[in-house]
Formats: sequence, structure tokens, C-alpha cells
Amino acid sequence: MDAATLSLATEAGRPPLAAPAAPPALAVRGLTVSYGQSPAVFSVDATFPAAAMSAIVGPNGAGKSTFLKAALGIIPRLSGEATVFGRPLDEARDRIAYVPQRASVDWDFPTSVLDVVLMGLYRRVGLLGRITGSHRTTARDCLVRVGMADFADRQIGQLSGGQQQRVFLARALAQDADLYLLDEPFAGVDAATERAIIDVLKGLRGEGRAVVAVHHDLSTVRSYFDHVFLINVRRIAEGPVATTFTAETLQQTYGGRLATGHVAELAGGIA
Amino acid sequence: MTSLFDALLLQSGYNAALVAIGAALLGFAGGAAGTFLFLRKRALVSDAMAHATLPGVGLAFILMVALGGDGRSLPILLAGSAVTAILGLLAVDWIVRHTRLPEDAAIGAVLSVFFGIGVVLLTVVQTMSAGRQAGLEDFLLGATAGMLFADAMTIATGGGLAVLAVWLLRRPMTLVAFDAEYAASLGLDTRRIDLAIMALVMAVTVVGLKIVGLVMIVALLIIPPVIARFWTDRSGRMIWGAGLAGGLSGYLGAAISASAQDLPTGPIIVLVASALFFLSLLLAPVRGVLAALIRHLRFQARVHRRQGLLAIARGEPIHDPLTLRVLRREGLIRPDGVATDAGRGVAAKIARDERRWDIAREVHQDAGLTGRYDGLTPIEEVFTSDEIALFDRHLGAPRPVRG
Repeated sequence: MDAATLSLATEAGRPPLAAPAAPPALAVRGLTVSYGQSPAVFSVDATFPAAAMSAIVGPNGAGKSTFLKAALGIIPRLSGEATVFGRPLDEARDRIAYVPQRASVDWDFPTSVLDVVLMGLYRRVGLLGRITGSHRTTARDCLVRVGMADFADRQIGQLSGGQQQRVFLARALAQDADLYLLDEPFAGVDAATERAIIDVLKGLRGEGRAVVAVHHDLSTVRSYFDHVFLINVRRIAEGPVATTFTAETLQQTYGGRLATGHVAELAGGIA
Repeated sequence: MTSLFDALLLQSGYNAALVAIGAALLGFAGGAAGTFLFLRKRALVSDAMAHATLPGVGLAFILMVALGGDGRSLPILLAGSAVTAILGLLAVDWIVRHTRLPEDAAIGAVLSVFFGIGVVLLTVVQTMSAGRQAGLEDFLLGATAGMLFADAMTIATGGGLAVLAVWLLRRPMTLVAFDAEYAASLGLDTRRIDLAIMALVMAVTVVGLKIVGLVMIVALLIIPPVIARFWTDRSGRMIWGAGLAGGLSGYLGAAISASAQDLPTGPIIVLVASALFFLSLLLAPVRGVLAALIRHLRFQARVHRRQGLLAIARGEPIHDPLTLRVLRREGLIRPDGVATDAGRGVAAKIARDERRWDIAREVHQDAGLTGRYDGLTPIEEVFTSDEIALFDRHLGAPRPVRG
């Protein structure tokens, strides 16, 4: 009897004791971000579970993207801290991959699709390391996973919005991270791209990786995500989609901005 | 003309050869470092920095004279210029971060204030009796007459170090120039990398003061990357292409100015760079004006070809002479205007792609994509195969064209 079976056997004999709780993929405590005097994100606590797909949901200007960027240290925070799999952010950089909004860069930049994906290998290649054939193979494999294999040598200015989003996702895949953080990955993309992206993200979850996405389309929250975090400058609610994404919490998040009938429909009859 | 050829072949004297080599190295460093300034879209900051060197030159001179020197040591003058250039850069940075002023306004303010102080200091220097102040104005427009071997070595060393730094830092600098947020998510200190880009630009500016002068050094940082951008779509090639364009401008400019009396070096270098710019503007393969014209004529022919094929698919007659000529040339219609088998086959494919595009426009509510539709680009170049398969599910089986 090998060690693995043995441990299984002993565990089976025991009452289901609380396993040493796996640390959450991302935990944020007391995060406050302010442009000038009024806070964009105020004193927010949030916990995103490992091996699950989580949505960050809230109205325009609610600080969704700001929250994500500040949690990753991309923009300065006034207060608060973030841990990734129980470690301080800077010790866990190799385990996270970030996908910015595609509108945040200039797509006329002189570079090819493959070179963008190779940027995802920056930490592995290092400042002075050589980019080898195996790095290029890795990058091409990531392009295959998002259905863009034929586009490797294109100038990035020739891509559609959906293709740009796929390239950004491929770059993050190249990082081979355990936590993927995406800012509005479905904004302004076509249906085929949305399907391709969600398939990749569900595949990542299937491999035990965590996905956290800023998401604006309330109608797909239920079908895409396991966990939801509702924010409007402050934290409104968080938890499993089934119990947290309710008419009541949506009303609190959006105030009067959603019609009552629409809210009930989105909340899937729970209300 | 013999003097120009002599100068080009480094045969017109020791000093001229020194200047030509120095200017080539400076141009190379300027182009390579300037590429990142251009890609980061901060070209104008370098102008503020260049003008901010002038008070440093004046102060360094006054300080040296006050300490009993003759005030003409190039390394010390350049060190002084570097100090005020950094102050100018920090001033722009501070204004942008702590006020609501946009960067262009901050640049304008800093540039004029520092330049004004510099001109006042030069006037003070001219009224000083001590020291041999003649030559400080040369830092405005550059001058190379009487350049010493040590001066050339200062320029060569500074330029060489700048190129080495560009090579070492090319990856993080490219990453920050393309996508600073992503770079930050990888744990890169983007502010420090931005400072490194500026430090490189400052190094080139200071080193180039003697040859090109502070008014025109900006041209050596900006024009070469612009030239290179015409010829390549890859940032890596752009660095060395810009270096080459800058080096060539520096070398040719210095040689031309050495071939005749009283031709100023800096302006000639900039004029040579401008000439290369206009050549590129005209002749570059994709982004050039001539290429655009040829593309337009080909485009016209393709439009006529497509109109003709659509007419064949619909069984309509064709009257336009250009359309008939284009179709006949490809053997898609017979001389009498009746479609050949090949013509009917192509017409069927065109008609089907047209309907695929109709579907595409409904499926993709995406301005970037609808912009790609010109009725001419094969649909396979715009959409992935799974996307096209999706359109075909909406369409049903292909229809043949009856002749």
C-alpha cells in the first residue's frame, strides 16, 4: 500500500474534519484608493476562493477596475493590503497573471502578436536571457489555446477587438499562473470570442486555478461564475453566486439604476 | 565636390574626421535612445530637458571662473548642463503629478523658464572680464571647429554607454512603453524604467550639446525613430534602424559641414536627417506616400473586379470598360463578355463571402471589425476559422452560379 492510498484510507476513516483551510487565491483587507479627496474604493475587504471563477460586479464608476489594479499594486493605494495564496503580493508575483482592458494600450505599437505573447514570459526569460525556440513554442501553444494560431506574425494593429482580447489572454496564459485577474475581458468582443475566452477560463478552473474577472454583463454572471463580489465604492456583498447574487444585493449595489423587474429576472427567481 | 568626397572618406583632416565619427556615434545613440521616447509618446519632454541644459552650462562656467580656472573644460560644462537638465525633467514631472496641468503645458512652462534663465546667465558671462567666455553660445546651435580629441572621446564614451544601456534595458523599456499596467503587474517598477528612459535621453542630450546644440538635439532624438517607424513594424528592429538613420545623419551632416567654410554642423545634421525623413515618407513600403498611391490604384482594380464578379453572380450585364478590362485580363470573362467557368466559380465564392460579411456585421457589434470590411480583403484574413464556421451555420449550403 503506497503512501497516497494509506493517507486516503486514514482520512476516510475519520469524520470529515475541517482540512487545513487552503488559503484564498486573493485576499484584500481594508483597501482604500483615492483620486484627490473622494475615495474611488473605500475600506474594502474581499476574499476570492482558489479553484473557482469569481466576478467583480458593480455599476460604472463603482471602482471595479480601480479595486483590481490597486490590489495588484498597479496604482497606489491609500491603505490596505493584499495577499495571494496566503503570501504577500510581492512574493507571489510568479503566481499571478493580469489581463488589462484592451483599450488601455495603443494597438498601433510596432510589435507582432507573437512578441506580445512573449511578453508573458518576461519573468522567466529575465532581463538579459535569450528568447529561445522553446519560449516561442510556448507562446505559439498559448495562441492555439485562444484560437489565434494563424495570427502569430501579424502586426497587432490589424486585429479586431475580440482578437486583441484573445492575444491579451494568450499573453497571460504564457505566464502559467495560478491566479488570473482580468479587467472586463468580455467588453466589446464578438460572440465567438466570448465563447473562446470563457472556454479557456473554465479550463483554467478545471486545472485548479483561480479566475477573477471584472464583469459588466449581469445576464451572464450566473452561467459563467461560481463566486461574486459586489462593489460600489464600498463592499456590498460577496459569496457564492447562488446565494449572493440576489435581488436584494443587486438593488443595494445599483440603487435605482436597475428596473425592479430586471433585477428579479437577473437574480434568477430567488427574489 | 572633391572636398565633400574627401570629407566623406575622412580625408579632409584630423579634426573633420574626429567630428564625423563623433557625430555618427552621437546620431546612433540618439536614434536608439529616442526610440523609447517616441514609443512612450513623450517626445516633447526631451525638448524641455534640452533647453534646461543652458543654465547649467552658464553656472558651470561661472563656477569654474570663480575658482580660478578658464572655464572651458567640456566635461565640467556638460556635468553642469546635466544637473539643470535633471532639474527641468523633475520640474515637468512634479507639475504633472501635483497639479491639474497637462504635460504639454508643463513642458512649455519649464522649457521657457529654464531657457530664459540660461540666456540671462550667458549675458552675465559675457560681461565677466575673467575667463575666455567665447564659445559658450556654441552650445545653442553646436559648433565643431576646434574640437579636441578629448572632446571627441567624451562624446564617443557617452554615446557608447547610452547605446549599451539601451541594449541592456530594451525589454523592460519596450514592455513599459507598450503596456505600463501589465508591466507593473509583473512587478516591474514602471516609474524607475521611465526615469531610465529619460536618463538615456538626458545623456544623449548632454553629450550632443557640443556638436548639435541644445536647440536641435531634439531632432536627433525624434527624427530617426520616426524614419525607422516608416520601414518596420517591430520595435526591436526599430531601435537599430533608428540608430542607423541617426548615425548616417550624423556622419553625412558632419562631413558636409566640414566640406565648406562656415557651414554649421548641427543644422546640417538635422537637415540630412530631414532629407532621410522625406525619402522615407515617400518611399517606405507600407506607410509611404507612393506605396499608398499604388495601393489605391490596385484597390480600384480590385473594386472593379469584385463589382464585375458580383454582377456575374447575379446574372447582370457589365458595362464599365475598366471592369471588363480587369475581368478579361484574368480570364474570368471571354472577350465577348460572357463569364468563363473559372469566372463563375470565383463569382460564387465572392457572393458567398459577401453574405458571410453581412452575418459578420450582425454578430460583431465591433467598430474595429466593421472598419476592416472593404469587400475586398478575403474574409479568411479577418476572421478565425471558428468565427467563419459560425457565420456559415447562419447561411446554409453554398449556391452555384448558373452561367
